[in-house]
Order: sequence, then C-alpha cells, then structure tokens
Amino acid sequence: MPGKLKVKIVAGRHLPVMDRASDLTDAFVEVKFGNTTFKTDVYLKSLNPQWNSEWFKFEVDDEDLQDEPLQITVLDHDTYSANDAIGKVYIDIDPLLYSEAATVISGWFPIYDTIHGIRGEINVVVKVDLFNDLNRFRQSSCGVKFFCTTSIPKCYRAVIIHGFVEELVVNEDPEYQWIDRIRTPRASNEARQRLISLMSGELQRKIGLKVLEMRGNAVVGYLQCFDLEGESGLVVRAIGTACTLDKLSSPAAFLPACNSPSKDMKEIPFNEDPNPNTHSSGPSTPLKNQTYSFSPSKSYSRQSSSSDTDLSLTPKTGMGSGSAGKEGGPFKALLRQQTQSALEQRGGSPHRFCRRREFPFFTLTAFPPGFLVHVGGVVSARSVKLLDRIHNPAFVGIMGNTRSYKLLDWNSFNSDEPETRDAWWAEIRQEIKSHAKALGCHAVVGYSESTSICEEVCILSASGTAAVLNPRFLQDGTVESCLEQRLEENLPAGCGFCHIPYDELNMPFPAHLTYCYNCRKQKVPDVLFTTIDLPIDATVIGKGCLIQARLCRLKKKAQAEANATAISNLLPFMEYEVHTQLMNKLKLKGMNALFGLRIQITVGENMLMGLASATGVYLAALPTPGGIQIAGKTPNDGSYEQHVSHMQKKINDTIAKNKELYEINPPEISEEIIGSPIPEPRQRSRLLRSQSESSDEVTELDLSHGKKDAFVLEIDDTDAMEDVHSLLTDVPPPSGFYSCNTEIMPGINNWTSEIQMFTSVRVIRLSSLNLTNQALNKNFNDLCENLLKSLYFKLRSMIPCCLCHVNFTVSLPEDELIQVTVTAVAITFDKNQALQTTKTQVEKSLQRASTDNEELLQFPLELCSDSLPSHPFPPAKAVTVEKASPMSEGNFRNRSAPPCANSTVGVVKMTPLSFIPGAKITKYLGIINMFFIRETTSLREEGGVSGFLHAFVAEVFAMVRAHVAALGGNAVVSYIMKQCVFMENPNKNQAQCLINVSGDAVVFVRESELEVVSSQPPTANCQSSCPGGDVTT
Amino acid sequence: MTNELDIFVGNTTLIDEDVYRLWLDGYSVNDAVALRVRSGILEQTGATAAVLQSDTMDHYRTFHMLERLLHAPPKLLHQLIFQIPPSRQALLIERYYAFDEAFVREVLGKKLSKGTKKDLDDISTKTGITLKSCRRQFDNFKRVFKVVEEMRGSLVDNIQQHFLLSDRLARDYAAIVFFANNRFETGKKKLQYLSFGDFAFCAELMIQNWTLGAVGEAPTDPDSQVDDMDVDLDKEFLQDLKELKVLVADKDLLDLHKSLVCTALRGKLGVFSEMEANFKNLSRGLVNVAAKLTHNKDVRDLFVDLVEKFVEPCRSDHWPLNDVRLFLNQYSASVHSLDGFRHQGLWDRYMGTLRGCLLRLYHD
Repeated sequence: MPGKLKVKIVAGRHLPVMDRASDLTDAFVEVKFGNTTFKTDVYLKSLNPQWNSEWFKFEVDDEDLQDEPLQITVLDHDTYSANDAIGKVYIDIDPLLYSEAATVISGWFPIYDTIHGIRGEINVVVKVDLFNDLNRFRQSSCGVKFFCTTSIPKCYRAVIIHGFVEELVVNEDPEYQWIDRIRTPRASNEARQRLISLMSGELQRKIGLKVLEMRGNAVVGYLQCFDLEGESGLVVRAIGTACTLDKLSSPAAFLPACNSPSKDMKEIPFNEDPNPNTHSSGPSTPLKNQTYSFSPSKSYSRQSSSSDTDLSLTPKTGMGSGSAGKEGGPFKALLRQQTQSALEQRGGSPHRFCRRREFPFFTLTAFPPGFLVHVGGVVSARSVKLLDRIHNPAFVGIMGNTRSYKLLDWNSFNSDEPETRDAWWAEIRQEIKSHAKALGCHAVVGYSESTSICEEVCILSASGTAAVLNPRFLQDGTVESCLEQRLEENLPAGCGFCHIPYDELNMPFPAHLTYCYNCRKQKVPDVLFTTIDLPIDATVIGKGCLIQARLCRLKKKAQAEANATAISNLLPFMEYEVHTQLMNKLKLKGMNALFGLRIQITVGENMLMGLASATGVYLAALPTPGGIQIAGKTPNDGSYEQHVSHMQKKINDTIAKNKELYEINPPEISEEIIGSPIPEPRQRSRLLRSQSESSDEVTELDLSHGKKDAFVLEIDDTDAMEDVHSLLTDVPPPSGFYSCNTEIMPGINNWTSEIQMFTSVRVIRLSSLNLTNQALNKNFNDLCENLLKSLYFKLRSMIPCCLCHVNFTVSLPEDELIQVTVTAVAITFDKNQALQTTKTQVEKSLQRASTDNEELLQFPLELCSDSLPSHPFPPAKAVTVEKASPMSEGNFRNRSAPPCANSTVGVVKMTPLSFIPGAKITKYLGIINMFFIRETTSLREEGGVSGFLHAFVAEVFAMVRAHVAALGGNAVVSYIMKQCVFMENPNKNQAQCLINVSGDAVVFVRESELEVVSSQPPTANCQSSCPGGDVTT
Repeated sequence: MTNELDIFVGNTTLIDEDVYRLWLDGYSVNDAVALRVRSGILEQTGATAAVLQSDTMDHYRTFHMLERLLHAPPKLLHQLIFQIPPSRQALLIERYYAFDEAFVREVLGKKLSKGTKKDLDDISTKTGITLKSCRRQFDNFKRVFKVVEEMRGSLVDNIQQHFLLSDRLARDYAAIVFFANNRFETGKKKLQYLSFGDFAFCAELMIQNWTLGAVGEAPTDPDSQVDDMDVDLDKEFLQDLKELKVLVADKDLLDLHKSLVCTALRGKLGVFSEMEANFKNLSRGLVNVAAKLTHNKDVRDLFVDLVEKFVEPCRSDHWPLNDVRLFLNQYSASVHSLDGFRHQGLWDRYMGTLRGCLLRLYHD
C-alpha cells in the first residue's frame, strides 16, 4: 500500500432547493475513490450544511492514485424515493503526488451537474501520505512533474533536455455504447467525464514512466488532446518534452532578475545528473558540411510539407514517408540510423540516448539562451485516414461500478488498436523528421500535433520548426564544455538562429539568400517562418502583429474512401494558398519573419477550412522585404491598366502605412558601410519563386537582393482580383491595440500587471444559396475580422494594450455552420514607457552594443560561480528546506487570506502565457487538466445557444479557478482551451457542449512585493520578468 | 450569414457601466444599441453597429445571469462563477438597488403587494420609466421589505448587512420599508410638492425616536418578542400621546403657553402678528395630530394632517422658514415652563421629531 488518501468533507453552501415543500435540502455526500465509497451523515434541512466529517481514508496503490480521480457526489436524501443527485466534484489528486507541488488540496469547489451546471459549492480537504516503495516493479510514475508551459518553467533550470515523449490510449466512447440508449443523459455524460479523467490519468502515468526510463524528472510542454472519433471510439493522446529539471535554490526575493533564464543558467554550475562520467569534450565542428538529400519539387519556400492518404491514392512525393511500414523491425532500424546525427556523435553521448531519441522533437517554443543554434523553417505533414471501429470487447460495465473501468489491462483487450493509431502518428513524425533533415536540421522544435475529424474521415497534422540545437542541453554536458562551446561559436547576438542550417549549394527549395544584415558573415534567407516564439536574443525592428491566412474550399459530399481521396487532393492546394496568403500579408506589413505559425486545416461535410495564424516581425538580420507588384494580363486595355496602377498604389500605400504603424524603420546606414549596392532593374518573378540561381553567384558584398524579389500578383481573373481585395480588407487594429499569437509582443516590454484572459466563441450559419468558394472565403474572412473587431471594442478600456497568444480554432460542427473559438489574453502596457521604446535608430544600436557587453560580462560571472565548489549539494538541500517551511507557510497564508479580505473569493488569474507580467512565479503546483460536458434539454429557457454556452464557459473558468485556489495557487499559466465541441438541436430544444482545458497552477508574488530587497529600478525588473521582454535592442 | 452563437467570457467579468445603466433602465437590446449609437460611441471607437449589437447582447446576458445573485448580494460576494473585483461588485449592487425618484414617490407608503404591482403599468406610463425598470425597483423594495420586516435590531444595519448597500442607500431603503410598513399616505395632491428626500428625512427621525427600537439599546424586558423593532411605531408611545391633549383642552394652559411663546418671540418674528393670531389654531392642530395617532388610519394620514394643519396655514401667511424654526423651537421649549403639565418627556419625544419633520416639510 504505497499511499493513503485522506478526505474530509467540511461544509456546503448555496445548495439548490431540492425539496419544494420545505424549500430546503437534506444533503449528504458520497466520497468515492476507486471502488471504495464513504458517506457523510445527512445534514437535514439546510442549504448550507455543515458536515464536518471525519477523515475518510483510502489505502491505495500509487498507480491508482495517478489514474483515478477523487469523486465527490452531493445528494439529497429522500426517505421514500431514490436519493437525488445534486452534482459532483472530480478532484485530480496528481498534484499531491510530487514533492515540490501542493501538499494539501483544500477549498470550496463548485458542485457541478452536467444538466444543471454549477449548483452550490462544497468545502473539501484532501491529503495524501505516500510511502516510498522503490523495490517493486514500477507501474506508477509518481514524482514526475508535468508542465503545460512550453518553455523551461520559471523557477527551474534545465539540466538536460531529453527529448520527445508521446503516448496514446484508446477506448470505446460511452456515448456510443448500447447502454447509452437506456441510461439518462446525465449518466452518459458522467460516464464520459469519468472515463476521460481515467484515461488522462493513465496516459500521464505512462508518459511519466517513459520519462523515468529516460532518467528525466519532468515533462515540459505537455499537450494532451482528445479525438472524439464517434462510433470508432475515443483516443486520448499526449506529447511532451522530457527534461531533467533542477529547482532553483536561490530564493527569488534577492534576485528578481533571475527570472530570466539566461541568468539562471549561469548562477548554478552544479548539476545532479546521475551520470557524471559522460563528458562531452570533443571538439565542436561546424554543422554546415553535412550533405543531405532532398527533393526540391516537393517543398516550396521555407515550408516543407506534404499531404497523403492512408489509401495511397495519391502518389507520395515526400521523402521518407513512403517507406514507413507498420512493421517494427526495419522501421526502427531506419530510425536508429537517422538519429545518429553528427551532433549527437560529436557530443560523445552514450548510445542509449540515440536509441531512445527516435524523434528528435521538442514541444518547447521558447528555449534557454544558446539552445537554439539555427532555424531551418517550418516543417509540416498531414495525412488523411479513415477511422474504423475500435474493437473493444467486453467493455460493458462502463457506467457501473466494477473494475472494468480500469484501463490497466487495456493492452490485452485491444492489442491492435492503439498500435494502429501509434503507427499513423509514427508515420507522420517520420515524415516531419525527414523534412527537417532536408533542411539540414537534426531536430524539430515548437512541435505540435492535431487532428480534425468529420464522420469517419480524420486528418492528422503535425508541424514544427526544423532547427539545429546546441548539444550541451541534450546530454549532461559539463560547464567547461558549455563555456568552450560559447567561446568557440561566438555567434553575434540576435542573428545566429537566422543563419541557414542547410547547404547553400544544395538548397532544399528555391530560396533567396543574402548575407546576414547583422553580422555580415553568414547567409540568411529572405523570409523565415517558424512555429516557435521569438528567441529572447533576437534583434527585432519595430513591433510585430498578428497575421492570418484564411481559406475555404468546397468539397463534394462523399463517403469513405472517395471522401478521403477528395480531401487529400484538396490539401496541397489549400496549403499552397494559405502559404501564399501568409507571404503576401507578411510583405504587406513590411515584415520578413513569422513566429508561432499554426496552420489548422478543418474538415467538414462539404468543405475544408484552412486558418493560419502567426506573428509577423521584422528581423534585423534578414533583408528588407520587397514590395508586391501587380501585373495585369491585358496590358492593352487602358482603363484596365489604370485600375491596376490604382491597385498598385493602394498596396504601396498600405505597405508604407504599415511600416509606420509597426515602427519598422530598419537602419539605412548598413549599405553605405558595406559598399554601394549594385542597382539592378527590378525583375519580375512569379509568385513564390525567387531567383535562386542568381543568388548563388552573387558577390559577397551584394546586399541588394532584397530589393528585387518583389512579389508579383497577376490579376488575370476575378479570383485574383478577390485575393488582392482581401489583402487590403484586413483592417489594422484600432490605435493603442496590438495583437500577436506568440507569448509576447516584440517591441513592447513595459507590461503592467493588468491582464484579462478571455474566450470568445462565434458560430455563423451560411446561407446555402451562395455556397461558392469566393462567398465562403468572404464569409469566413468576415467572421474572423468581425470577431477581432469585437474583441478590440470590448477591451477598449484596457488601451494601450496587446492581445497576446491569440489562439483561433475553427470547427465545422454541421453542414452550414462555422464555429470559431478564440482564447487570448489582453495585457495593458505603460504608454509613457512605450514611447521611450520608439527611439531612434542610433539609440537602438547603442542599446544593442550594451547588450553585447552584458553578454560578455556574463562569462566572468560564469567563471566566478564555477570556482565555488565548496557547497557539496546546494540545490538539493535548499529544496528540502524550502519545502519544509516557507512554502507551506506561504500556502497557509494564501489560503487564509481570502476570508480576511472582506470574505470575498480570492482572485485567481488565468493566462495562456507562461508568465504573469509584473510578478514572479515562485511555485508550480501541478498541472490542471479538466474535461467537462454540459447538456441541456431546455435550451430556450437557458437563453438560447449563446446563453447556454456563455454560462458553461463561465462555469468552466470558475471550476478551474476553484481547483487552483484549493491547491493554494493564485494563477493558471499556459492555460489553453484545447477543445470546445458544441452541438445543438434547436428543434428538440437541446444542446450539448464538451470543453477541455489545461494549464499549470502556480503561486506568484507581485514584483512590487519582492522589490523591497532589490535595489534595481522597476523597469529593469519588469523587463527581466518577461521572457523576451528585452527583445527590442 | 447570421451569427448563430456569439459569446465573450472574460476571466474577470467585464462590466460596462453604460450598458449596465441601460439594462437597469429596462431597455431592450435593440433600444440599448440605438441609444449607444446615439451617444457617439461608434465615432469614438470606430466600431460598427454589428459590433455594438454583439457587445450589448453579451453584457445583457451577463447581467441576466448576475441578476439572480443580485437578489441576495452576499451571494455575489461568495459565488465562484463570476470573478468580479470588489469595487465592481459594490457598483453592481448599488446600481441595482438604486431607484428613480419619480418611481419611489409613486409607491412610497403603499402596500408592497401584488395589487400595487398591477398598477406598475400606470406608474410606468405616468413617470416615463420603463415597465421593466419599475418592476425591478418594486421587486427590490419588496425583497428588502420581506427580509428585514421581522428582524430585530437597527433597520439600517440590517439592510446594510443583507444587501451590502452604501450607508446612504441603506437609509433610503429604511425609509421605504418604514413607510411601506406604516402605510403613510404620500400620494395626495397636497403632498405632491414633497420629495422622497423629505419623507426619508422624516422617516429617519421617526425611526430614531418613535419606534420600539428607539427606546433604549437593551430591551428592558428580555422576554418581549417585539423589542427593538425599527419598523413599527411604539404603540405605547402613541397611546400616551393622548395625554398631550391637555395642552389645548385646558384653556388656561393654552393661554399660558401662548403668552410664553409670544413674550419670547416678540420682535424676533417677521410674522409675529400672524403667529399671535394663529397660535391657538396651530397648537390645536399639532396636539390633535398627536392625540389621533392611536388610530391606524390617522397614523397613515400623518403627513396629510401635518401639511393641512401646520404647513399650509403658515405658508398662506408667508412665514419665512427661519420664523417657522424660531416659532417651533419656542413652542416646544415653552412647554417646560408650564407648571401644570406633567408629560414633559413625552412632549419632547413627540415634538422633537415633529419639529424636525415640519421644518423639512416646510417649503414650496
């Protein structure tokens, strides 16, 4: 018995009236964990019962502790008939299982019913006593920490970043079981909620095991998703990045600046990895000299992508994808071979690493400085699959109380099914990997996976950014080697990652290279697309902005294979057009790089939707983007010519206006220093095809290429006309507003502490009359633009402000419905300080110089800390001490604070970002991963679909906040609404919605409270608190 | 293309004060949008009418969901569904319970019953306040009344505790509850010139001095159930007021009283002669009002009587307010010099309050 779970039910409040006669309720509580159930006494006739129960004790395996949720049911006692359920609370006790997180869960939880919503609250206290039992064969992975945050969490230091972990589990969906026909909607919903909770627990445990196997202790960038495959079942899958993390021992109070990861790295020279013998002292060689095979026909521009079907109906043009068989043997051998990249060999890492790192993928989007060496570009792969029914024998007792719920033996149950899904994903990952390789990269960062399902067709998508990484984080490199690495590479700050990782003579796609505008030494592409956040040390000119490409394509309704074929035929065209739109819009903004790119392709009954979101910036290292040229097809027609020139003028004006708006004024001086550019006549080139041939031959000093690759849009038909128009219809946000889909906005670094996270959902019904591609595009475009306009209007009181991490999700719930869900956070910034950042070029370069100095200064620092080997185990010690006293006190204070403050509820902040502006995260309490179903049979009475969903989303927020508060936290970071599936049947007055959210529960302390000890000026603190806050240099 | 569904939910609930006001005023979404358009908000923000419509709908939905909680304000503080900063919570509550002067004058002193609720249509037409807003205000009155009606302790404190209102608003509600409970007539034509503030002022004085709660901090008889009630007038006190009748019934006493007042005020009053001529009438009026208060019906007519018997005669003689004050002070004080009169305490309790009320009621 490695664990004892203790639960105490304290009280309830605001309970609903269950007895109409007395207007009161006779409530009691059932506490269930696994198969054990306890009951409290019935508290007669009260809406605010005080049970004050004894401690209910459950003696359970730690495996169960990880998988099972604690289930608390509040009921109304009825002498004559069956007791009525008031509602339930599911508590994930995982945060109690690792030592640094929460020690107790205690607080008011909303009592939730899938039919009625929140009905009162219940006060519960939960504790776990864990007994260490290391000898037994480990099925559990207690102690592995999980983070949704896609960067190294603020109060930790990465010792090693091991790499990719993934797992998926499959089950039959209770909603589609035969028993669903005879049970109530409530029972069905609850069975589903409970099943998904169980499956998530199991999945997390399994991933934890993999991490332990890799000798890691944490998963960062953990992303768990559900595929509701309908009849064919329910898939829960997760990916993440295994790491070995060290808790930073130095209390933050003394060094608020240690928030920035760069300093963290340097202050602690010790690492506690169990393998001290692995030294990487081999000489570092440049990575450029590798040769790669690639197929230029396949990829276009910076984006390498492919689409194929399971059916092999379309010829597979992508490299490596065709051969990916389902047999384990040859497949694995191939992988092993490929993972022996030069980088790993060079690092001298033991072979066990190679075997494990099948896929050198990282779900992280922000990295410790120096981690990212070069970025190749976006790699993506899609695949269309047909779903089969998951064979799942003997899974009947789902709603009952038996062990059949347990998914423990699940592999024996349906041995082939998870394998199938695994194989699908393995295939895609393999393809991503080969794309990355074609780009001269050995790793993929900012990696993510997604699905879109409609009936029995499923599109699997994966994307990431091909990159070359610094090996020192991938194995336990010692400090010396790190130093060596740094000194040797000596990359100029802020441009190294832009330099091409691939061989310029053998480029994977036609690209246009120039010498880096920053260091003048290495080649850079003319545009760079990535899925990651802007690196902290990147040099950016001006501000960034949200760029979206939106696209619809009609598709004939079809069945099964025909449908899949149709979809896979459409996909390449969609990708191409989305890419073109992105490129044009980027140029229109006068920018040259995209970060945080996320392309979502959604499949519906009769259409496909593509939505790409990214944050455009102007990277100082990349050349100035050329303009957009419009060319008419019929040059003889005078009025037409006039029209074209009119359009051209409009576009030029827009570019000029945007440059002003986003403060893009790159230094002009550079060209004079280098030498006068050779003026060349403007060459016209077709869309997306820049003249790569010539670029290979140009002299080293010629930097004028940036001027001649002006994009040409040919207006040869009405379609093209529409495209040009749609380019110009995107209105910029009102003044005082900025938006981006990355963590922070480049060029803004003076955030105030006022944040507002929100979710907005819109569904439009298309009139079936005008279903042409153009009309569809326009509708979709208007939907997104109007939604953004509404957001700007609603948040106008926060001006000056920036919408960060704007996350659009599109779904097609029905034939003529388009649903767009947006989650983002609005953060205000200080206008006065903002003005200061719009400084002249001279100041900017000065500042850059100063950061360079800083960079240099850090070396002595490093050496200093290195020469202090007197503490044998400082980090470990500090952690335990900290755990013993100040943190638990902190918890206590936190929990007792709300009642004092006018007995109002404690504020819990929520943000999709990994940080809280103006505050420092002092503790991570564990992952929040919640799944809710809400259903109604009285849609009209609840205010229609809007009223229903509005209330539900508000309730979901409330339940997340309550759980965080109960853990002793005051914020959720890296919050994400992963799914919001809404279905309605207005005729029957019914609607149902499923929402899945996750995030990291944390404790934060306001920087103003920390500042007492610090002598640093507040601006410096603010900058250091925001990763990348000092981007504009 | 129509918006089938359109919602916005913030982690911190967004409250737009202007839209809240429109909602409280009972405007429909469309009317509210029209009013907002007229306010020039589109020009200020560059938004479109569709954006405004969507925004207004959102706020209305939020308010609709909050309304249930606003019916029991402490719930708003403890609920978990809407994260609202305390200052905003206070604003929501305060505005929700705020009422229109025109409306309150219509229902002040009326029984807060279904019958009155039926008349809200007429009130709405008469005052120009939307029926919805009238209903909200009426329901607020009724809700507060129901909660505090049977409660012991200070009326204002009870209201403040259960509805978390500001001191000012809690006092107003105390007056409304007090008037509703005692059914004071306020709607007569004669009384139309009086504002709610005038009545509230009187109510406060009466609560302080004329109710059971006014007698002392601790109830003298611990077993008594009706102790310390602020809403009901002290019945015993009203009974005792009959004793004051001697002041006008006893001719000698009346003459003596008059001469004392006249002596003291001679030369100080601009309207001395009028006062001298009217003294007996005025005194009779004031004392008779007191003596009649044993009957419920006469209690209801208290304000009508005061205006009829005192305010109107003085006003017709054009007494300046200051003269009224001097007269009432002297009139009350002189009774202490009447040797034959034994109910000094009773007189002070009565006249102290009445003097305050009369001075407040005495205006055009």
